[in-house]
Amino acid sequence: MSPPQCTDLATIGIKSLRARVEEDPDFLFKYIEEVYKIIEKYEGVIKAYITLRPMEEVVREAEEVLKRGTLGPLGGSLVAVKDNISTKGIRTTCGSKMLENYVPPYDATVVERIKTAGGIIIGKTNMDEFAMGSTTENSSFFPTRNPWDLERVPGGSSGGSAAAVAACEATVALGSDTGGSIRLPAAYTGTVGLKPTYGLVSRYGLIAYASSLDQIGPIGRCVDDVARVLSVIAGHDSRDSTSLKVEVPDYTQFVSEEPLRKYRAVVIEEMIGEGVDREVIKVLEHVVDKLEGYDIEVEFRSIPILEYSLPAYYIIAMAEASSNLARYDGLRYGIHLSTEGLLWTKTYAQVRKMGFGDEVKRRIILGTYVLSEGLYEGYYLKAAKVRRAIYDSFRKLFSEFDFAVSPTAPTPPPKLGEVVADPLKLYSLDINTVPVNLAGLPAISVPGGFVGGLPVGIQLFGPPLSEGVLINVARMVEVIVGYER
Amino acid sequence: MSDRVIIGLEVHAQITSLKTKLFCSCSSDYRGRKPNTNVCPTCLGLPGSLPVLNRAALEKAIALALALNCRISEKLIFVRKHYFYPDLPKNYQISQYDRYGLIPFAVSGSIAIDMGNYSKVVRIRRINIEEDTGRIVYPGGSPLGSTYSLVDYNRAGIALLEIVTEPDFSNSREARVFLEKLGSILEHLDITDTSLEGALRADANISVAGGPRVEIKNIGSPRELEKALNYEIARQLNILKSGGTLERETRHWIKEKGITVPSRAKELEGDYRYFPDPDLPPISIPPDLIESIKRRLPELPDLRARRLAEEYGIGSYMASVLVLNKRLCDHFENTVRLCGNPKLVSSILVNEFLRWVDELDLDLGEGLRRLNSKRLCRIVDYLEKGLISVKLLKEYVRRVIVENTDPEKIVESGMTTLSSAEDIEKIVEEVFKEYPKAVEDARRDPKAVNFLVGQVMKKTRGRADPKLTNAIILRRLQEHESG
Repeated sequence: MSPPQCTDLATIGIKSLRARVEEDPDFLFKYIEEVYKIIEKYEGVIKAYITLRPMEEVVREAEEVLKRGTLGPLGGSLVAVKDNISTKGIRTTCGSKMLENYVPPYDATVVERIKTAGGIIIGKTNMDEFAMGSTTENSSFFPTRNPWDLERVPGGSSGGSAAAVAACEATVALGSDTGGSIRLPAAYTGTVGLKPTYGLVSRYGLIAYASSLDQIGPIGRCVDDVARVLSVIAGHDSRDSTSLKVEVPDYTQFVSEEPLRKYRAVVIEEMIGEGVDREVIKVLEHVVDKLEGYDIEVEFRSIPILEYSLPAYYIIAMAEASSNLARYDGLRYGIHLSTEGLLWTKTYAQVRKMGFGDEVKRRIILGTYVLSEGLYEGYYLKAAKVRRAIYDSFRKLFSEFDFAVSPTAPTPPPKLGEVVADPLKLYSLDINTVPVNLAGLPAISVPGGFVGGLPVGIQLFGPPLSEGVLINVARMVEVIVGYER
Repeated sequence: MSDRVIIGLEVHAQITSLKTKLFCSCSSDYRGRKPNTNVCPTCLGLPGSLPVLNRAALEKAIALALALNCRISEKLIFVRKHYFYPDLPKNYQISQYDRYGLIPFAVSGSIAIDMGNYSKVVRIRRINIEEDTGRIVYPGGSPLGSTYSLVDYNRAGIALLEIVTEPDFSNSREARVFLEKLGSILEHLDITDTSLEGALRADANISVAGGPRVEIKNIGSPRELEKALNYEIARQLNILKSGGTLERETRHWIKEKGITVPSRAKELEGDYRYFPDPDLPPISIPPDLIESIKRRLPELPDLRARRLAEEYGIGSYMASVLVLNKRLCDHFENTVRLCGNPKLVSSILVNEFLRWVDELDLDLGEGLRRLNSKRLCRIVDYLEKGLISVKLLKEYVRRVIVENTDPEKIVESGMTTLSSAEDIEKIVEEVFKEYPKAVEDARRDPKAVNFLVGQVMKKTRGRADPKLTNAIILRRLQEHESG
């Protein structure tokens, strides 16, 4: 099932696109035209992109891709890139006025790899400012709308990327996930979003929100597309000191409708507790029932420490954010003010007052507070201990199970304006996604069904580097819910 | 109330021998470049950029820690130290910290200093590895003469070693000798070329007569350190004498004016919000790496001083002064290899050369080029041949350094010792005629002979051989008596 914006041609995945282009290179231009037709028709309402590249430019790049001799694993796919990932020569705003006119002089590692693999950057997608938000309403520029229901949010912070993919305004997209920012929008837009193991994908060029939690990952309309993009962007990068030195497999080998081995699955009670919509739980139950049909044992476990995951997450994320965002002072890049007659301290204050939105300011202030002399031990250090405890609990859990399954989000997508004004309500959307980031685990959100015509996502997560297992099971879920292309 | 002085130092040494900066691949040779051309996304702090440790910096830091007898931590944990300042691209500095379970790179070391009549062991509290900042440039030359300022980030991200001492110094001289010795150790380890502007900098904490701690920043050399501390001690004592009170503050040393002024940068004080840098996971420092660096350590100043004293018989204080500067020490050994005479050469270098370099405010390297081994050996040769006296030798050394001239030129100008008895006889005769009263005195009182010798020296502008002159005068006095 696709939202109304998509056409058969535009819904095509990487595998088919590549095959068709291999047969007939001109097909790539037909495809590009089709995507731009959709953009022309719907982008004015959906507003997935902050910066869209003109079709001529994309066509020119497609010509170059075709001239290369080998098509590359992405074979001319149109890749929408979240606007916190640096693109050489293409404005990268991070959804913030602060960087409204910032054009990076370098490509992020993932962008380099996408280009080398024959992907074409189609544009930069809308997001919550500095990735701080769960609805994309915190963008400094405009909110993005959910292609399934234009009154509703697409989730966030990678809402632009998810909406662009859902509405067929791109083949696939890159998002970033600090506490659920890939998985939540994927769940809300009926797309597949994967947050890799921390360190599997290079963060070089990703504008940091919370460095110890941030990961770049793919969003696609099907598991196969996500596996293909992951195969391209994963792998060690010497420019990122947190990058893992591991061999990366071709993840498409895990895209199988049958279990590749015997799996044991777990449902964590705290992830289906209070606050999770009854209808959403029914969707989960349906999927779990079907998985059991594949001879996958599913058990229930309780991890009480998860009660503290949201506060621990927000303390750590805000502390790191207050540090990462210190550099935005308008001196070297970003918004520039006439500073004549002003002391530099006043200029800095003015730049930061004007450049940052309310949510960003809130998190910088709270983050500064928790790192302060005398408070550090009570907040940051304690949060770090909770984090460690969560990591240990999961490690123990996954010595017994291959993966966990949960609802990605506690509810279907809310309406615009419904939660954004209430920070606590907004933060609770991430209740099931943040523990995964705290532990640095891989997770995937895959469409599990609909509630009231709105998509609901199922989250699968497992031990470090279990992306292959998650892709395998996610593909099975696709088959289970008949959500196939 | 005692006037007791307590001083502690915080030294920043650039690792100038590295090819690249601490966390990126920009050149570590930033001097003399067009502003903001030695930069990249990482050292400019562009959004999305990440630091990657230059491993060679770690090896240099280990060498220093070993040389200072420090205990090296098992892990290198980088932290972020936050403060807003225009020369700091990320508005935080990557460094180390010693609280909240975080650890400095190395702790608990020492450096022994020889003060001539006593020696002292200065304790090193810690060594950290951190990044340098950019530089604020004032188009008018100084903050007061400028209506705006510019920032040059070419220096931003240069690898620094921060060396913090315990407050173990009791006077400015000790602090200076310590900084010279530390500089020499850094030179011997091929870590820092201390002759480069800004490569070795110090901040000093000083407390006088039990008063509050005052920090002096922006000190660029051992000599400046001594001057700054002397100024500060005098300033504080004056305030106390006139009944004033001192306050805890940060002051800046203004080299050009030779004074310290209160720092306007109040924003530098306060809460740095240290926390572990999430971009740089802890790096374990393997014991076998430490061992292999230990095995490869070069001869360090203390051992070298002992060897010089033994090998050349020059006395241990002389040797300890020579090794305070690697290039001076190398110069000594090179010169002695060329013309022997270690005692004379070392005495010339320590007593004459260093004095003139100091007095003329000359760069030591330039001083050494002027008084190069060839010139120095020539002067030693003149003395040995009796062409010049010790007194003239000093004049030769001065002129070679001041005028950057060859000793041969000075000889050609006729400045040699008058050693022919005939010539001296003539002048003695003149003096005897001019000062008959003094001649009378000298007959009765041998001490008065010196006056006559002095007059001969005056007439010859010091060229007369003093021994010979003395002998001739004594003989003449006897002749007068008997004649």
